[in-house]
Amino acid sequence: MLDPGGPAARSISMLWWGMLIAFTAIFALVMALLALAWRPARDGAARSSSERTWIIGLGLVFPSVILISLLAYGLWLGERLIPRDDPDVTRVTAEARRWSWTFSYDQNPGRTTLNVLHIPAGRPVDVAITTADVIHSFWVPRLAGKLDAIPGHVNVLRIEADLPGTYAGQSAEFSGPGYDGHTFSVVAHGPEDWQSFLEGGL
Amino acid sequence: MSSLARHRGLTAIWSSERGWKGWFSTVNHNDVGLMFLVTASFYFLVGGILAMLIRAQLATPHSAFAGPEIYSQIFTMHGTIMMFLFAIPMIEGLAIYLLPKMLGTRDLAYPRLTAYGFWCYFFGGAMLLISLLFGIAPDGGWFMYPPLTGKIYSPGINTDFWLIGITFVEISAICAAVEFTVTILKYRAPGMTLGKMPIFAWYMLVVSLMILTGFPPLILGSILLELERAFGMPFFQVELGGDSLLWQHLFWLFGHPEVYIIFLPAAGVVSTILPVMSSTTLLGYRWVVAAAVALAILSFGLWVHHMFTTGIPHMGLAFFSAASTLVAVPTAVQVFAWIGTMWKGTPHLRLPMLHILGFFVTFVIGGLTGVMVAVVPFDWQVHDTAFVTAHLHYVLFGGFVFPVLAGIYYWLPLVTGNRRFFRLGEMAFALIFVGFHVTFLAMHWVGLMGQRRRISTYAPEDGWTAINLISSVGGFVMAFGLAMVLIEIVLTLVVRHRAPRNPWRSGTLEWAVPRPSAAYTFASLPRVASRDPLWDDPGLPARIARGEGYLGEPRNGWRETLMVDIASGEPEQHVVYPSNTRLPIVLSAITGLFFLSLLVKVYWLTPIAVAGVVALAWRWIWRLGSKADLGDQPIGHGVRIATVAEVDRPPGWWGSVFLLVANATLFGSLLFGYAFLWTIAPGWPPPAFIQPSVPVLIAAPAGAALALVGALGAVRINRTGGNPSGFLLTALAGGICLSAAFAGLLWGAPSPTGHAYGATVWVLGCYGLAHALLVGLMASFVFARQRAGFVSPRRRAELAIVSVWGAYLLVVTCLIVLAVYLPGLVT
Repeated sequence: MLDPGGPAARSISMLWWGMLIAFTAIFALVMALLALAWRPARDGAARSSSERTWIIGLGLVFPSVILISLLAYGLWLGERLIPRDDPDVTRVTAEARRWSWTFSYDQNPGRTTLNVLHIPAGRPVDVAITTADVIHSFWVPRLAGKLDAIPGHVNVLRIEADLPGTYAGQSAEFSGPGYDGHTFSVVAHGPEDWQSFLEGGL
Repeated sequence: MSSLARHRGLTAIWSSERGWKGWFSTVNHNDVGLMFLVTASFYFLVGGILAMLIRAQLATPHSAFAGPEIYSQIFTMHGTIMMFLFAIPMIEGLAIYLLPKMLGTRDLAYPRLTAYGFWCYFFGGAMLLISLLFGIAPDGGWFMYPPLTGKIYSPGINTDFWLIGITFVEISAICAAVEFTVTILKYRAPGMTLGKMPIFAWYMLVVSLMILTGFPPLILGSILLELERAFGMPFFQVELGGDSLLWQHLFWLFGHPEVYIIFLPAAGVVSTILPVMSSTTLLGYRWVVAAAVALAILSFGLWVHHMFTTGIPHMGLAFFSAASTLVAVPTAVQVFAWIGTMWKGTPHLRLPMLHILGFFVTFVIGGLTGVMVAVVPFDWQVHDTAFVTAHLHYVLFGGFVFPVLAGIYYWLPLVTGNRRFFRLGEMAFALIFVGFHVTFLAMHWVGLMGQRRRISTYAPEDGWTAINLISSVGGFVMAFGLAMVLIEIVLTLVVRHRAPRNPWRSGTLEWAVPRPSAAYTFASLPRVASRDPLWDDPGLPARIARGEGYLGEPRNGWRETLMVDIASGEPEQHVVYPSNTRLPIVLSAITGLFFLSLLVKVYWLTPIAVAGVVALAWRWIWRLGSKADLGDQPIGHGVRIATVAEVDRPPGWWGSVFLLVANATLFGSLLFGYAFLWTIAPGWPPPAFIQPSVPVLIAAPAGAALALVGALGAVRINRTGGNPSGFLLTALAGGICLSAAFAGLLWGAPSPTGHAYGATVWVLGCYGLAHALLVGLMASFVFARQRAGFVSPRRRAELAIVSVWGAYLLVVTCLIVLAVYLPGLVT
């Protein structure tokens, strides 16, 4: 997640660094206020101890302003990351089971791959996630957030890789003794490679 | 009477039996509170050892320390023990021990129930501990998601230990919550209005109401999952109309309030200790109370933030994301009220204050990372990684363990009468503080690098080796610190180094009791005029000991106290508590037999255990009351008030009301589950709906109405001096008629194993049947009491309780009949 390889992971990574900086500043402020309580009392009037400052100002207004802006940004970002219609989108299906992943491709029905998902680079891909047994979760940290595979439900996740290459993926919901090794990889291809994959090559 | 004679007289009445036998028959909060605290500390030790095993396992890549099967048991039990066998019981113990003293009363509302709760915790915890020792402990993660925990993927007994053991332990939380609510509202020192209550009591009132509404969804979920595992009722199997997401909703509907149920009592401890350490009063008392209430309400609106990655539509997530970030506002109000309090006064760096500073640093970080994970896209990345593990430890260790350590050091002189002699505490604090942050700050980072929670090992290529090793070293440093705290507590108990009576110069009433605290708690009940009675009158402890308050004369061997008006705190009723008895331990052992029979599937034993519970419960309440009118009792200062048997709203009435709050939440969760399956589960609608049965449609409401009319009529005719027998028999007839109606409903219901619909109808029907039988049993009990001479126009209290349950029965009967038959009528 700290080394994003696609647009979704990159914007979440930016969000993280932004929050880290802002929250470090807030933490420093709170600690400074805490430390200032220990300075020797020269004269009582110099210290502010009114309910209005502490409770209304710092307790209510200060967090509300920060939280509302963060919430608004988070929702806007989340709205942008969810799958929506796009003529360019490639659709694939990921079916999890203990402890493997089977991938199939709308553009090439009948073709399935085990534990390796092939996608085109630089284009959005919608992954329809299901499970054959217990709950699992589809997660490629460098490309996007995770989404659960739940019995009886199909969840769709939008991923995209900027460049051709191999990206590590893992299931992120505890599923029993084989959970450690429940991983897969995503191979993003350039246009020619992708075409040859669809035609049955690779 | 001299102070010493009073002390001896009261001690003779209130003491538990001498020697080790006393532990099994005591019902005194002074004993039971400490029993809870010691047992909870023991489980903290066990959970801590498991944590050390986890850190040992993860310290190096390709660890061969434990295989995945054993490792799953270790992390599942670490979470389970810390949440259910350490944190919640620790809170119960602290509140049981402190509340009566802070409120200025002699015991909690239902002393035998306190003991019963303890023994349920003791036996239920023992079940889980045994499973751990035999290597058959639960292994599905502490939140037990099906289908992994269903019969197909977890065929062993491991999961049953969790579902049955935890439900058994939860009885103690429900008992404690009912008891705290009634105690805080009705058992206080005369003159203590709601606005003059110690802040800790306010927090515990909020927490108790949260337990009553937060725990039932989990209890229901556990019952449903166990029904699925034991009898194949498919609530969570998608092929048969169930949905595994239902478990997640029920679990987190409990699980998120749970976090605040753990945090708020700790915040109450901070709000109590911090002003004392700063020689001032709490800034913004009313604001802090309002913030606690707001937190409680908001905490029920954010359970879905544990489910951001389950594919719930984004607009739905938006609501829960908003609630999850908003919850930071009342938290901020409290944090700044505390810092403002320090600015207002002069803070002193004594040992409890050190832990409060540790709390501030840790909890603020945990709160900020909490806001981060409340932002949906960020959560999509870090959910189920070590980042979340780190976050929750910052919140729970920072928000609970540090305040509890502060509380232990603060109240230790009250328990032992001794001061600390060896100065281990400061060193221990340094080790804990440094060790904690080294462990968990590092864990955030490795989570961001992609380390999932609950993996048993990883490869050197992952690049997590160094961070995990640092984290493990930190964990062991912290463990040394905690071990030092334990040693120091034991030393303080053993080494006699007398503490002054009010060592911290606190203003609240718990410091007005003898030191170490006496069995009777207060020699007489003081009248209170402010939030800090000891600051108003430093001589108050002596005046209490001289018997200048209420009920200062030991008499009749009675354990006496007062119930007060909720708002004004003026004395209203005179209470005589039951004394030492082995009923609680025997009743909880039989309750345990019931759970054990389900666990080992010896079902012929189950009805015997149920009959045993009923018989003992009958005996339990039969012992109360008297066969003659006592009349108004003198309580001192020339005041006479009625005893609890001779009022309209006895303690049992109040207890019933709050128990029914929990019960109604359980029932509401069941209806929620029904509606959820209907609308969300893929396998709906079921093949066929049950067709309404006319006899049931007539007999059910008629029976319920008859039961209520009988109960209300008995109250009314008894008041005018008439004989209530006829009405009580009417209520009994109503209960029997209703039971027959529910049996008929079940007779016509579809198979409970074929589809989740049939299973739900069965649970609804059985819920109704159980309540109909219960109200019938209550009517028979009061009838028997009336025949035996326990009821008179004055001694009317018992009749009032039946009508509360009768009213509840009528409401749930109508809802069950509608829920079961309406779909068949509509389609």
